Amino acid sequence: MAKIKGAIVVNIERCKGCNLCVVACPSKVLSLNNEANSKGYNYSYMEDPDSCVGCSACAYVCPDACITVYKVRV
Amino acid sequence: MTTTEIINPENLVYIKPKVLNDNPMHYCPGCSHGVVHKLIAEVIEEMDYQEKTIGIAPVGCAVFAYKYLDIDWQQAAHGRAPALATATKRLLPDRLVFTYQGDGDLAAIGTAETLHACNRGENIAIIFINNGIYGMTGGQMAPTTLVGMKSSTSPNGRTVPLNGNPLDITKLLAQLDGTCYVTRQSVHNVANVRKAKKAIRKAFENSMLGKGTSIVEVVSTCNSGWKLSPADSNIWMVENMFPAYPLGDLKDL
Repeated sequence: MAKIKGAIVVNIERCKGCNLCVVACPSKVLSLNNEANSKGYNYSYMEDPDSCVGCSACAYVCPDACITVYKVRV
Repeated sequence: MTTTEIINPENLVYIKPKVLNDNPMHYCPGCSHGVVHKLIAEVIEEMDYQEKTIGIAPVGCAVFAYKYLDIDWQQAAHGRAPALATATKRLLPDRLVFTYQGDGDLAAIGTAETLHACNRGENIAIIFINNGIYGMTGGQMAPTTLVGMKSSTSPNGRTVPLNGNPLDITKLLAQLDGTCYVTRQSVHNVANVRKAKKAIRKAFENSMLGKGTSIVEVVSTCNSGWKLSPADSNIWMVENMFPAYPLGDLKDL
């Protein structure tokens, strides 16, 4: 069976660390970073990138449209 | 395959719509406004209407919508967006005209304008963000505030003898002959975001087909006003707002 692998890119400066993508991710890939962006928000990042399947759930619920999603079949 | 190999333009599946520009939004973290702005931008992009869309901004948090959506905008006095939209659509009938209003704007201060624009069946789309309070001014009680819900002007919770009943204005608008499509949506999870996008698209298409007024109510969160985290606000909304404001189409002609 073809395996699907995904990856996301978070626009760090646009992210406000609202945590909604972390809650929405069905594969528990995302987490809030301990580092903060220039506005002081703990931005979202892929803590477990290997589990990402590129479903775009995080991007759909992101209120600030800061997530870009990529998906590939391997 | 490594993450850097996957991040390649040919594998792209989701990106910020171009109609939504790069200005950082002033909304609080987790605010539903951002998602609805994004959906409107996606629909306008898919319909290829960027040059022909005129939005009417309300008074409230979304007053700055013109900074984020790269289309033409007008800004109405508090609650008067449907009146301004009426004039705009009648003068420029080939444009897609929509209003974007909160519950304080649409259901309190602009009740008369809203009811009459809908009753006349103006060919406009109304996006109605219902979060149950006046978010921008500090979380005061709105007509849509639930019974028992705490706000800064009802610190012990809204009571019917003192404050009256919550106003389900969308249900009221569905009774009017001028409306063609009245629906209630939310944007708290993926399935509902997709449904809300379809509803917005349908409302915009109805407007261009001249079928009458379309209303898309989006039951939303105001986590700052509700004093909850964004994720907890979504849970609170599902548990408390949805029983009073059930999702679904109220009218679809």
